[in-house]
Amino acid sequence: MVAAVKRAPAPMARVGAKAALTYGLREFRSWLVNYRRTWRGTVYSSLLGPVLYLGAMGLGLGTLVNRHGTGSLGGVSYLQFLAPGLLAAQAMQSATEESSWPVFGSVKWRRTYQAAAATPLRPADIFHGHLLFTTMRLVMNCTVFVAVMAAFGAVRSAWVLAAIPVAILTGLAFATPMEAFAVTREKPNSFAMIFRFGIIPLFLFSGTFFPISQLPGALQPVAYVTPLWNGVALSRSLCLGTATLGPALAHVAYLVAFAIAGLIAGQRCYRRRLYV
Amino acid sequence: MTDPPGNVTGVPDPDVLIHANGLTKRFGDFVAVDGIDFELHRGEAFGFLGPNGAGKSSTMRMIGCVSPPSGGDLSILGMDPVADGPAIRARLGVVPQEDTLDVELTVRENLLVYGRYFGLSKAVISERTERLLDFVQLAERAGDEVEPLSGGMKRRLTIARSLINDPEIMILDEPTTGLDPQARHVVWDRLFRLKQQGVTLILTTHYMDEAEQLCDRLVVMDGGKIVAEGSPRELIDTYSTPEVLELRFQISEHDLAAEKVADAPAERMEVLADRVLLYVRDGDAALAAVRGLGLEPMTSLVRRSTLEDVFLRLTGRRLED
Repeated sequence: MVAAVKRAPAPMARVGAKAALTYGLREFRSWLVNYRRTWRGTVYSSLLGPVLYLGAMGLGLGTLVNRHGTGSLGGVSYLQFLAPGLLAAQAMQSATEESSWPVFGSVKWRRTYQAAAATPLRPADIFHGHLLFTTMRLVMNCTVFVAVMAAFGAVRSAWVLAAIPVAILTGLAFATPMEAFAVTREKPNSFAMIFRFGIIPLFLFSGTFFPISQLPGALQPVAYVTPLWNGVALSRSLCLGTATLGPALAHVAYLVAFAIAGLIAGQRCYRRRLYV
Repeated sequence: MTDPPGNVTGVPDPDVLIHANGLTKRFGDFVAVDGIDFELHRGEAFGFLGPNGAGKSSTMRMIGCVSPPSGGDLSILGMDPVADGPAIRARLGVVPQEDTLDVELTVRENLLVYGRYFGLSKAVISERTERLLDFVQLAERAGDEVEPLSGGMKRRLTIARSLINDPEIMILDEPTTGLDPQARHVVWDRLFRLKQQGVTLILTTHYMDEAEQLCDRLVVMDGGKIVAEGSPRELIDTYSTPEVLELRFQISEHDLAAEKVADAPAERMEVLADRVLLYVRDGDAALAAVRGLGLEPMTSLVRRSTLEDVFLRLTGRRLED
């Protein structure tokens, strides 16, 4: 015990970054143990989503759209217009889903967060580890999505690969604030509201299915400030080869700002929830 | 935040694992823990006995470094729980009041996930898993999901899980609350064996029999304060009599009989809603004296004093309701 006192550890700040990485990875690995049992189902559903959307909207509805001329879409087919936007939009959707119920369940139902908090892990480590798992799921979903895009003939150039990290970043711009919010909840009622009045309108009106220029004038500025539009616009410009450096950086900065704001909020919310 | 626990010479006593001085926890205006002092010594089983709401769980959460103290000093293994939480928690084994097992995983996977939180290798975890599951008599269920296990089995699994990091202090918050009597005895038996092996235990309970069976030393808590401290035997000797005579009268006669019994020679008397308790040296003699007063109770019972009597004496209330 005397020896134990002598080897009292250095203040956490000094070992901060390394400990944060080590502990965060431990939480991440615990999610992998869980995921081992469910990954097959998630692969099917991440495959099914883009197949249904690109089939029904891109090909089905696209045939009608293409017949009336695609000048307002920039002269590309509707499928080629839709697919890159949908890539970012589905990243938002899956990120929000994976950041709401699983977080809430971990703190309220399964209480696995509380279990982890009794070990060397700190609330922020638990948050980071879960976020890393959400990121991994985004990487998987977005990669599968691009593969489906290619199968549908919706890929024009290898620049589509650059759209994958953009879609992941779009997802994270939603995942971090959503996890921060979800961990504070005592009841899950608000999630349905967020999806109904937040995520679905964003999905429909952020330039995914038609250009923002088609919205009534008063609504256009609203669309421009949504993180999803920034993700959709960047993903599309990369895929169609119309990207320019300035606007691209602005989109990235906007999305990063959201993700970081959520990250800081999440660190605080997790601490407040787990250290009462 | 705190100086290391020390004696007058300023040298930390290596056998004092936890030292609390004026430890306080507030939630807004509510004072859950109101300036308590205690020490935990290496190798002992130390208990917090008190009713629900006494501040026991809040104290345990502060010791578990998941609840920053609002005031006072707390030192655990010579470290500060706020600054050194990870280093302290690495050496604790926590059995929380509510199970936090991952019920979708198997018994073995729960230990794997938890062991990894402590940075243990897979080889170490699997060697300890076999041993610990044997110890808590769950070896046959190692590959089964946790969900369908009984409450007692889940509790035992939580105990096994808390031992995966070979902790120096085991913290148990109401280890048998909600279990049926048989399951409680199995848990007690396992905890008693741990105690025999020299594991330092700190536990809370509102069951006096649990405290009597497991604790070498305990404090009685009520309303956030420590109202008494000692071994179960010392507490009973100090605050109660060797024997207790319990009398039960017809409900219609209860109040009147209680008045008359007051004339019988006893050190102390407690009138409960359904019984009258006489604290005496010799229960049989007291019963004869009661009969001598012309009273005939419906039932009578002579028993030894318990911690329940100590609690009743100290707080005027019963532990379990």
